[in-house]
Amino acid sequence: MTTTIYIPRDSSARAVGADEVAVALTAEAARRGDDVTIVRNGSRGMLWLEPFVEVDVEGTRVGYGPVQADDVAGLLDAGLLTGADHALRHGAVSEIAWLARQDRLTYARMGVIDPLDLDDYQAHGGLAGLRNAIALTPQGVVDAVAASGLRGRGGAGFPAGRKWQTVLDAPGDTKYICCNADEGDSGTYADRMLMEGDPFTLLEGMTIAGLAVGATQGFIYLRSEYPDARDILREAIEIARGFGWLGADVLGSGRTFDIDVRMGAGAYICGEETSMLDSLEGKRGMVRAKPPLPALEGLFGKPTVVNNVLTLGSVPFVLAEGADAYASRGLDRSLGTQVFQLAGNIKQGGVVELGFGVTLRELVEDFGGGTASGRPIRAIQVGGPLGSYLTADQLDLPLEYETFAAAGAMVGHGGIVVHDDTADMARLARFAMEFCSEESCGKCTPCRVGSTRGVEVIDKITAGDDRQGNLTLLLDLCDVMTDGSLCAMGGLTPMPVRSAISKFPEDFGLTAQEVTS
Amino acid sequence: MTERSLSEIPGGASNDAADPVSARVRAVAESRIAEPGPLLEVLHDIQSEFGYLPEVTVPVVAQVLNLSRAEVHGVVSFYSDFRSSPPADIGVEICRGEACQAVGAEALVAHAAKSLGIGVGDQTGDGSVGLEQIFCFGNCALGPTASVAGRVHGRVTPERLDALVNEAQAGSKGT
Repeated sequence: MTTTIYIPRDSSARAVGADEVAVALTAEAARRGDDVTIVRNGSRGMLWLEPFVEVDVEGTRVGYGPVQADDVAGLLDAGLLTGADHALRHGAVSEIAWLARQDRLTYARMGVIDPLDLDDYQAHGGLAGLRNAIALTPQGVVDAVAASGLRGRGGAGFPAGRKWQTVLDAPGDTKYICCNADEGDSGTYADRMLMEGDPFTLLEGMTIAGLAVGATQGFIYLRSEYPDARDILREAIEIARGFGWLGADVLGSGRTFDIDVRMGAGAYICGEETSMLDSLEGKRGMVRAKPPLPALEGLFGKPTVVNNVLTLGSVPFVLAEGADAYASRGLDRSLGTQVFQLAGNIKQGGVVELGFGVTLRELVEDFGGGTASGRPIRAIQVGGPLGSYLTADQLDLPLEYETFAAAGAMVGHGGIVVHDDTADMARLARFAMEFCSEESCGKCTPCRVGSTRGVEVIDKITAGDDRQGNLTLLLDLCDVMTDGSLCAMGGLTPMPVRSAISKFPEDFGLTAQEVTS
Repeated sequence: MTERSLSEIPGGASNDAADPVSARVRAVAESRIAEPGPLLEVLHDIQSEFGYLPEVTVPVVAQVLNLSRAEVHGVVSFYSDFRSSPPADIGVEICRGEACQAVGAEALVAHAAKSLGIGVGDQTGDGSVGLEQIFCFGNCALGPTASVAGRVHGRVTPERLDALVNEAQAGSKGT
């Protein structure tokens, strides 16, 4: 009888040797005459344990990790195929506390199934949401999404149901669903993991969106840094077409919906929705002024739903299990779960899906285990490169949109980057400006010119050149960028800069008094 | 004013019969002509075939897609992926995102620049190795992250990076 072994094909797992482990295991098992079937699953999200190898022992999956190719022979000697003890063994995967304490809705199938096995997908609840959506009216689907409280997971947190309603109500025969998969923010990788580990969930969410608003074509705008996701998505789309899911007659409903993947080309700004639309149209990714809203005049001027991967990826659960089930998670006006991503200098980095309201401390200390270096935490940046830096004193903040906004920070997409006490915050503030000048689309002056001036002024401050005068100038520049930029790129770059100055003035050669006066 | 064909205009589309590259670029562009807004896709196709965008790309693609050369040039120059000269044999791309910076990416970039003797964005004199900065491979829990010869690696120390580059160089010389 064959033994099934799971080795992730996730690109983070591959980056630390998962392919080599798969090759070694195949070869070593063959040499020993062991009958094994290797499934390349998605990652469970316990990234510090990657490559994380699971063995199916009479229906129980037993995990080992991090496994390197060199460990394979020893593991087989110890009895890997029977789930035997070993220094790398973590026991039954479903009982690993790090996973068991999570509330996985969007990520329910992550690491569990073979990403490209549609039977496996359906055996684990896949397509139930779409089948329910087909039985509803378009308005019924939009109502369900609205009632779930689902907000845009890309960062802005705009209610998905309201956006869909606008597109549904917009006149016109041609409408589009655009999935923003330009996950450019450092510290975020949950979109990539879902696309690689459970691509059908995204396709299902997009199909439901298409039925809801009356769109027949969807596009996934994927960043070019994610070639693995591209290959898997394209294969998944072909499988879905072959199954009669995507195409002219969605699961026999008589409705049409299809999806194409389009690649970005290394421009961070294309994660901004209007810039992404221009890029999808084959143009420079220049930010558009709003209004008109993309919901009314989006791709090729047509009404368009633009949602992030995890927003669309949460929709199948809402339709399968009901809006109430989703809305029962979370806190206040931040309903449902967020797929938090622990990154940077973190001991146990990975993906934690929990209802909104979990504190930063629970995530960073309980799940993350503190810094990888073992040194004290100095700064935590939540919500990507445009998010504020928080200090270790702010660890008890609950992750919830409004609470974070009130604290001058943002939950954003739930990316959490930890820095230890060796971090030079003046350098990171300078980097924020440098990054903005590198990636600005150039359309508006505060962002294009302001970011370059910002780098120069920070350099003057750290060089000790008229610190007080240049600090005043920098804060004034931040005001101009915040108030005068066309989009979040220039508008939010001051967030990390200001927070670095106010919380870590000593890194700029300033005193706390100089900063507040 | 007499009509001139594009091939007679400096920087215009070249004569396909005399230039197989031009003919091929045209064929690639024509294959996507029915798609909506295909310019980025066309440029990706051309670059994946040639490794870069040959000089004829702008005039030929502009002609095929009925765009101005300025529009095509504008797109080519906007996106950092598109290159107008051949890439190095071995590309070394190091992530400089905040998450990788938190675990030593800046030191890794400095080390790579020193050991290769080139700056970020440059190639070694013989064109064998090129060094680029990247903002995020989505490997933010297992940084520092670097891609060597198209393969992404996590937890890359300076020593590991040197080894990977050496391995890639040995491999490319062997073929």
